[in-house]
Amino acid sequence: MTPFVFTFYLFAITTIMGGLMTVLSRNPVHSVLWLILAFLSSAGLFVILGAEFVAMLLIIVYVGAVAVLFLFVVMMLDVDFAELKAEMSKYLPLGLLIGVVVLMQLAIAVGAWSFSDGIDARLAAPVPDTYNTTGLGLLIYDRYIILFQLSGLILLVAMIGAIVLTLRHRVDIKRQNVMAQMHRDPKLAMELKDVKPGQGL
Amino acid sequence: MISADIQIVLPEIALAVYAITALLAAVYTVKDGAASLLVWLTSGIFVLVAAWLMTNGADAQTAFDGMFVADSFSRFAKVTILLSAAAVLVMSEQYMVARNLLRFEYPLLVVFAVVGMMVMVSAGDLMSLYMGLELQSLSLYVVASLRRDSVKSTEAGLKYFVLGALSSGLLLYGASLTYGFTGTTLFSGIMAGVQDQPSLGLLFGLVFLISGLAFKVSAAPFHMWTPDVYEGSPTPITAFFATAPKVAAMALFARLMFDAFGGITGDWQQIIAFLSVISMFLGSIAAIGQRDIKRLMAYSSIAHMGYALMGLAAGTALGVQAMLIYMAIYVTMNIGTFAFILGMQRDGRPVTDIQSLKMYAKDQPTRALAMLVLMFSLAGVPPMVGFFGKLYVLRAAYDAGLAWLAVAGVVASVIGAYYYLRIVYYMYFGEETEKLDAPSQPILGAFLIASALIMVVGVVNLFGVEPIAAAAAAALVN
Repeated sequence: MTPFVFTFYLFAITTIMGGLMTVLSRNPVHSVLWLILAFLSSAGLFVILGAEFVAMLLIIVYVGAVAVLFLFVVMMLDVDFAELKAEMSKYLPLGLLIGVVVLMQLAIAVGAWSFSDGIDARLAAPVPDTYNTTGLGLLIYDRYIILFQLSGLILLVAMIGAIVLTLRHRVDIKRQNVMAQMHRDPKLAMELKDVKPGQGL
Repeated sequence: MISADIQIVLPEIALAVYAITALLAAVYTVKDGAASLLVWLTSGIFVLVAAWLMTNGADAQTAFDGMFVADSFSRFAKVTILLSAAAVLVMSEQYMVARNLLRFEYPLLVVFAVVGMMVMVSAGDLMSLYMGLELQSLSLYVVASLRRDSVKSTEAGLKYFVLGALSSGLLLYGASLTYGFTGTTLFSGIMAGVQDQPSLGLLFGLVFLISGLAFKVSAAPFHMWTPDVYEGSPTPITAFFATAPKVAAMALFARLMFDAFGGITGDWQQIIAFLSVISMFLGSIAAIGQRDIKRLMAYSSIAHMGYALMGLAAGTALGVQAMLIYMAIYVTMNIGTFAFILGMQRDGRPVTDIQSLKMYAKDQPTRALAMLVLMFSLAGVPPMVGFFGKLYVLRAAYDAGLAWLAVAGVVASVIGAYYYLRIVYYMYFGEETEKLDAPSQPILGAFLIASALIMVVGVVNLFGVEPIAAAAAAALVN
C-alpha cells in the first residue's frame, strides 16, 4: 500500500464516519462538529485529486462560515431535538425501505455504467495545464462569463428577497435621532415653578 | 468575439441593466412611492423588448460557445413571456395598491424572473439551463410570500421554496449523470454522444431531468405544490405564476428534449406521454371538488400542462408547433380569467369562492358573457379558440402514432368540462346570493373583454400565430 492509497483510505473513511456520526449523534452540537470533520476530510480528498483550490474553498467557506453558522443556529435556537427524533423514528422504516430501493436502483445504474463514444475528446481539459487558480480564472471569467454574471444576478435576487421579506419600517416605535437629542434645550423642555406651601399651581 | 456574443444576449442585458438601475434609483429616492410608476414602466419596457425581438428576425445564432441559443423558437417563447408578464403587471397594480401590497421591488423581481425565463428558453448548455431556472425560481419564491403578514402567503412561499429546491436537486442529479455519460454539458455535445442505444445510467439521468422539469411545469405526479401556492399567493402573483413561468418551463422542456436528447426520441416520448395522461386526468378529476376559484385554476393549469405535454410527446415538429400554439392560447385565456378573478370582491375584500358568482349574469351581463366565453374556451368547447389549441395537440399526437393518448385527452377534456361549465351554471342559473361589488377597475375589464374577444375572433386565423409557431418548431426540430 503506497502512502498515496493509504491517505486516500484514511480521508475517505473519516469522511464517511463524519457523515454517519452527524446523523447519529444525540447532541446536536456534536453533530455539527462531526460535520466539520467530514468537510475537512473531504477537503483532503480534493487535495489528493489535485484540486487544491477547491479544497481550500471547502475549508474556508464550509468549515469557516457555514458550519460555524450551523453551530450558532443550533446553540441559539431552542429546538427540541428529542421531539424531532421521535417524529423521525416513526417514519424510519418507510424511509429505510425507500433508501434501500433507491440504493439498489443506483447500483443497477452505476453497475452497468458505460461511457458514450468519443467521451475522451469531449472530456479533454478545457484549459491548458496550469495551476488551479489560473485555470479556474480562465474558465470562470472568460469562457463561462455569462454564467458568472447570471450567478451574480441570482445573488442580487437573493439579497433583494431577504430585504423585501424581513425589513419593515415600523412607525409606532421611538427611534434615536442624534441631532434632535443633542440640540435639546433644557430651557424649552422644562419650566421651573415656585410652588407655595398650601397652594396648588 | 465577445462583442458578437453580447450582441446576441443584448435583450437580456438590457432588461437586467434596467432592473438594477431602477432598483438603485428607487432605493435612493422615494422607495415604495415609485412602485406604481415602476410597474407601468416595466410593462412598457417588456412590450418594447418584445417588439424588438419580433422585428429582429435573424436566423439561429449561438453565443458563448453554444451556451446561449437565439433562434425563432426562443424568440416565440420570449415574446409570449414578455407580453404576458407585461399584461399581468398592469393588471396587478391597482389590486396591490388597494391592499397595501405594492412594493417597488415587486416589478423588479418580475424583471429578474423574466430575465431568468429568457435564459431558460435560450439555454444551450445544462449549466445555463440551471442558471436561468434558478434566477426565475428564486424571484418567484420571493414574490409568492410577498404578503408577509398572511400565514397562507408565507406558507405558499415556503412550500414553493422547499419543493422547488427538491426539484432543482433532482434536475442537478440528472444533469450530473448525463455529464458523467457524455463528458459534456453542452446540448450539442450531448446530442453527439447520445445516439441510438443509450446506457442505463443515461436513462436514469434523463428520468431525473424530466422529473425536475415536470415539477416546474407542475405536471402530475409532481403537481402537489400547485394548488397551495396558487391559493396562498396574492391573486396577481398567482396570475403571473399561471402564465409566463409555464411558457418558459415548457419551452425549456422542449429545448432540452430536442436539442440534447433528440437522438433518443423513443426513450423520452413514453415518459412524457405518461406525464401527460396523468396530468390531464388528475387536473380534470381533482378539480371537481374545489370551491375556491384559485385552486380550481391551479388544477386547470395542471390539466392544460398535460395537453401541452401531449404535443411534446408526439416528438415531431408538428407536435412542437401544436405545443407552442397551445401555450400561447392558454396564456391568453388565463390572463382574461385572472382579470375576472382579480375583480371579484365583496365590500372591497377579495372573494374566491365560486358560490359567490351565483346569478352574476343578472348583475353584470357583459362580464358574465366574457367569462362564459373564456370558460368555454378553457374547456375546449368548439367555436372558441381553446378548442383549436386542443385540436392541434390531439392531431399531433394522433399523427405520431399515439392514438391512445389522443383518446385519453378527449376523455379527460370531457371530464374537465364539468367544472368549467359549473362556473357558467352558477353565473346564469344559480340561486341569488349576496351580490359582488360592481367592477371598479376599467383595466381589468378591458383585459377580460379583450381576452374573450380574442377567443372568438381568433377562430378566423389564430391571428397568424400558426406560421410563426411552425417556423419556431422547425428551428427547434430541424
